[in-house]
Amino acid sequence: MDLFEYQGKQYLARYGVPVPEGAVATTPAEAVERAARIGYPVVVKAQVQVGGRGKAGGVRVAAGPAEAQAHAQAILGMDIRGHTVRRVWVEQASDIARELYASFTLDRGAKAHLAMVSARGGVEIEQVAAEDPHAIARLPINPVVGLDEAEALGLAGDAGLGPPLRHDVASVLLGLYRCFVEGDADLVEVNPLVVTSGGRVLALDAKVTLDDNASFRHPEWEDFKQAEELDERDRRARELGLQYVGLDGFVGIIANGAGLAMSTCDVVNQVGGKPANFLDIGGGASAEVMANALSVITSDPSVRSVFVNVFGGITRGEEVGHGIVSALRHSRIKVPMVVRLDGTNAAEGLEVLREVESDMVVVSSSMMGAARLAVQLALAGGKR
Amino acid sequence: MSIFVDESTKVIVHGLTGGQARFHGLRNRDYGTKVVAGVNPAKGGQDVEGIPIFASAAEARAATGATASFVAVPAKVAPASIIEAAEAGVPVIVCITEGIPAQDEARVYNQLKRDHPAARLIGPNCPGIISPGRCNIGITAGEVALPGGPVGIVSRSGTLTYQALYELKEMGIGVTTCVGIGGDPVPGTSFVDCLAAFQADPETRAIMLIGEIGGTDEENAAEYIASEVSKPVVAYVAGVTAPPGRRMGHAGAIISGNKGTAQAKMEALASAGAKVAQNPTEAGQLMADVVRSL
Repeated sequence: MDLFEYQGKQYLARYGVPVPEGAVATTPAEAVERAARIGYPVVVKAQVQVGGRGKAGGVRVAAGPAEAQAHAQAILGMDIRGHTVRRVWVEQASDIARELYASFTLDRGAKAHLAMVSARGGVEIEQVAAEDPHAIARLPINPVVGLDEAEALGLAGDAGLGPPLRHDVASVLLGLYRCFVEGDADLVEVNPLVVTSGGRVLALDAKVTLDDNASFRHPEWEDFKQAEELDERDRRARELGLQYVGLDGFVGIIANGAGLAMSTCDVVNQVGGKPANFLDIGGGASAEVMANALSVITSDPSVRSVFVNVFGGITRGEEVGHGIVSALRHSRIKVPMVVRLDGTNAAEGLEVLREVESDMVVVSSSMMGAARLAVQLALAGGKR
Repeated sequence: MSIFVDESTKVIVHGLTGGQARFHGLRNRDYGTKVVAGVNPAKGGQDVEGIPIFASAAEARAATGATASFVAVPAKVAPASIIEAAEAGVPVIVCITEGIPAQDEARVYNQLKRDHPAARLIGPNCPGIISPGRCNIGITAGEVALPGGPVGIVSRSGTLTYQALYELKEMGIGVTTCVGIGGDPVPGTSFVDCLAAFQADPETRAIMLIGEIGGTDEENAAEYIASEVSKPVVAYVAGVTAPPGRRMGHAGAIISGNKGTAQAKMEALASAGAKVAQNPTEAGQLMADVVRSL
């Protein structure tokens, strides 16, 4: 789960990382009220999960209530690269002397944590990396050992920071690392990490991605989940526990396992179709999950046929069969469906499907054959 | 021959007393796998369909001489089970559990590497490992695999692993060992580990590698194939048309550069000399050509 800036800052603050004082507002009046408590000047910042909001006019400084009101009015409801602004973050304006960069993430290749710190923050860090890789100090961290104070100091030093700043940055790095590890984040990135003219080090932005797998030990994430902005199909799929990504094609796809789901999309493309979605029912899906998946897919008006491609391992064939039968009974599915079922208890699953097999529910024994048929049926307007 | 597990492998099933572990553990036994023990701290001394339950992996190993652990317990407790198996000295640990937090996974990987370097973890979030006709640990439906070789399979995707086994069986091609390494960020066993083992296994004469978008494991495999693997390799990478995966912010982009896309992976594998298929069926056909010319 990607956090909004304001959530990211709140999360960082839990781990002792200094952030500017601020508050969320959803109306201009609220923004003015928040600003009064914080004290002017304030910065009014659009809360969207997309870059380039500064250029789009989504970040503005207000010297007093009239400006705060006007800025919040202008920014709320603004469309920034397809994202509608529903909240602004009102924060104390910082007097910036320097802009740094700091991040912690997992380096999959090295199977270790990776810290990156640069004295050249505030700009596109990818560009810095491309132009001058040495401008970014990197430190691999063994997850079993962790990051200690001496290493944090060394890292800040490697980024070209001298004393006394180095010490303040090191202490922020330790907080960021704790947030990354104890906070179960996949990514903690602060750009810019600013030094104020008074010498304070503050996280002026926050990009935090939480590891959904760890949500069982973070009841505090519930608030973040509430604020997530998903489109209707995504929201429904999420509620039903499905891995769903909407695409712009016309063949609905249901598969078990991310690999097979991706491969199914690839194959549909190869035989001249276009997938309407990516949907992974996961391992060990029950009949209910299967029925839910079908209802999500078939509620999409652009879907003209459905290709169910299941190779059972932990998923049992009869569950898939029962799910399809139940979906057909309980919802009005008007598009044809091609089912390819192999693996664990596939024979039982096919037996269950026998009672619903028709022109509209076709069983195919090979993945390529099923893909061709699903595309043909879709192109024929959903009818044979 | 086969790699990592064979007919002499004796398996402890963690959590055999219930849930997925019981279902698949008993299926593995039905397949012919020597399932010698189960572990449940609260049910030591009982048995599940004749398989003795011990309170710990250490007791189970001491009593049975088990050489592999099958971990199928929930994500909250799976990391502890993996470490427990390693501490008991079990050399091969297969973990199918899905949804283990990435921080736990990274810690477990590095802890095994430091404290139990001889232990091999396969997974997590994988279908397991099968040496057809000899040993099946995990959730693979054993009947889709034809025993005997000459092909070794290594795959990051569970369901694509079954698909590959099925495609080969359709063409009458046998498999020495099929390893599902899992699609999680920090798998215990990598493509390269499996390529090295297959290269060293005399019975394996050709290798099928199934990858997917994300990470750089396929690129690492390509480098290894170019320099160390003399056996023919057929590769398939899923996700050419899939929506771009979550990019881990800018930090992720800096680490991976332009690696990680299906296209980049296929190009790397092709230039390393692997035959690269466009879909699982074609992978099967390419492998059939390879096997014919062996």
